[in-house]
Amino acid sequence: MSCSNEVLIEVKELKKYFPVRGGLIGGKKEVLKAVDGVTFSIYKGETLGLVGESGCGKTTVGRTILKLYSPTSGRIIFDGDDITDLNDRQMRPYRKRMQIIFQDPYASLNPRMTVGDIIAESIDIHNIAKGEERKAIIYDLLNKVGLSKEHANRYPHEFSGGQRQRIGIARALAVNPEFIVCDEPISALDVSIQAQIVNLLEDLQDELGLTYLFIAHDLSMVKHISDRVGVMYLGKLVELAPSDELYDRPLHPYTRALLSAIPIPDPDATQQRKRIILKGDVPTPINPPSGCRFRTRCPIARERCAEEEPVTKDFGGGHMVACHFVE
Amino acid sequence: MDKVLEIRDLHTSFFTHVGEVKAVRGVNIDIYKGEAVGIVGESGCGKSVTSLSIMRLVPSPGKIIKGEIYFNGEDLLKKSEKEMQRIRGNRISMVFQDPMTSLNPVYTIGDQLMEPLRVHKKMDAKSARQQAIELLKAVGIPDPERRFDQYPHEFSGGMRQRVMIAMALSCQPELMIADEPTTALDVTIQAQILELLKQLKAEYNMSIMLITHDLGIVADLCSRVIVMYAGIIVEQGTTKEIFYDPKHPYTWGLLRSVPRINMLSKKRLVPIDGQPPDLLKPPKGCPFMPRCRYAMKICKEQSPELYSVSETHKAACWLLDPRAPAVRWDKEEVNFR
Repeated sequence: MSCSNEVLIEVKELKKYFPVRGGLIGGKKEVLKAVDGVTFSIYKGETLGLVGESGCGKTTVGRTILKLYSPTSGRIIFDGDDITDLNDRQMRPYRKRMQIIFQDPYASLNPRMTVGDIIAESIDIHNIAKGEERKAIIYDLLNKVGLSKEHANRYPHEFSGGQRQRIGIARALAVNPEFIVCDEPISALDVSIQAQIVNLLEDLQDELGLTYLFIAHDLSMVKHISDRVGVMYLGKLVELAPSDELYDRPLHPYTRALLSAIPIPDPDATQQRKRIILKGDVPTPINPPSGCRFRTRCPIARERCAEEEPVTKDFGGGHMVACHFVE
Repeated sequence: MDKVLEIRDLHTSFFTHVGEVKAVRGVNIDIYKGEAVGIVGESGCGKSVTSLSIMRLVPSPGKIIKGEIYFNGEDLLKKSEKEMQRIRGNRISMVFQDPMTSLNPVYTIGDQLMEPLRVHKKMDAKSARQQAIELLKAVGIPDPERRFDQYPHEFSGGMRQRVMIAMALSCQPELMIADEPTTALDVTIQAQILELLKQLKAEYNMSIMLITHDLGIVADLCSRVIVMYAGIIVEQGTTKEIFYDPKHPYTWGLLRSVPRINMLSKKRLVPIDGQPPDLLKPPKGCPFMPRCRYAMKICKEQSPELYSVSETHKAACWLLDPRAPAVRWDKEEVNFR
């Protein structure tokens, strides 16, 4: 994987709030702060991993970058163009350049459409090709993702989970995108199939020079596929670093706990290491804790953490951390 | 050591409109007192159906066709439904995968926790309540007196799974079957639950049958591992034997296809190509043959017998036959750092 120094996507102070209604009837309006001020860039040809536990806002970040949700505030810059305030019509040329692969290969394919039509839907919408040419593109895409052209006339239910995810990938590739958000693309698959899909994504990246935002909660897989990894907690990016650096030298206490919690398929290594067991659960993003959001579960939290929100600092080599007590 | 559970030649099938789906095809499992055994395999390998067979809870159109399941020497398959009710939740308990759907939403946590105590232990309401609060405390739920009167929706996923475990523990069972107990949970919560299971196992000298697809959890919790594929056991051994000296190509494939956090990054994964077989028509020979890169002529024709590698280690693969070519598992491919 070759990544350049050219920035493809720049996200600045991105926020996405969702209104929620409190109580059963009416009640006062509250907001769920799914993403609350996140800043990062993705370089051309790079894979940026985004990890965190459920409800941390990682999926919302991915969807907001694609403008599938309209951002509450902040800026999204795609290849030098600010796309934050573009309307649907203005977004169209950009839609061809950015695509998404969804988590659930059972729910994300229309069961009434043939595989060929599913893959070609965006080709039709963007008027890219018709007739024989369209067919040729479909066959080429099927071939690229390891399926065959006979599959074009079949329906999704005839395929296994891994094969469906291949169809989802072919659909994303149909408009020749530069950037793909992979939203937990392997979580629903069996272990032996996961590796097939990850290898396919890596091959396609090499072949087509794609840029990925890879969202997952499986840290070992994220480490494997990503050049850099960002760790999210309750709508905030708490740490961002090149992947080996992050795993060798985690600085934020949450990242440390998260890494120590991953089960390692190696009995001796498991016995030797020390686990950091966090207390309690993730608080609700409706009323997040003041100051540092991790402080309620943090083993090293002090008074200052409740009063003051930590700023993100660079600890060398692009290793960004938001914590008061990291040296 | 005493055997708590002894499964002999278990066959369980589902009689669907399309035909007989042979989900479990001749499984033998022993579980000893106080040990944790991991059953690993991918969806459809028969691991969950095996556990439901033990509890005699195989849903229709499924049926146990033959075999014996001895629990402390008594064959569970010969018990009446009434006798089974006295065993379920009392001497054998089960923790299911999804804590969101396995609690009844219209009863309080306390009511649900007291149920097994009142039914099996014939406790009166007062002592059952006391015991239930003790259990909530034991599984690490803060403020148990207040939590006792709350409903499941007021609990988070990790908390509900703790309640499920508390329920499963309530009658101090001899065997706990945990079917993917942490799959629906986040990693930090998963770590809490695994620590809890380890601690409880030691405290109550309880046997655990852990069903999972996550090799990491097995390495952490279990002393023995059973690998299932397409309804049969393909390999079993101590955790060290399975992780450091596996003999079956499917086990090799499983170990190779998962990246590990201590592995050199950017090393290419080695997937297992293809799909598991259709259990409507299980193959005549070794079920793994179509996906096996070492498959020989005999693998297609005859299913392999279980070869003993050591007293504890067995694998069903023709490669272990003296007439087979020597193939060794390439440790390098897993790449420990």
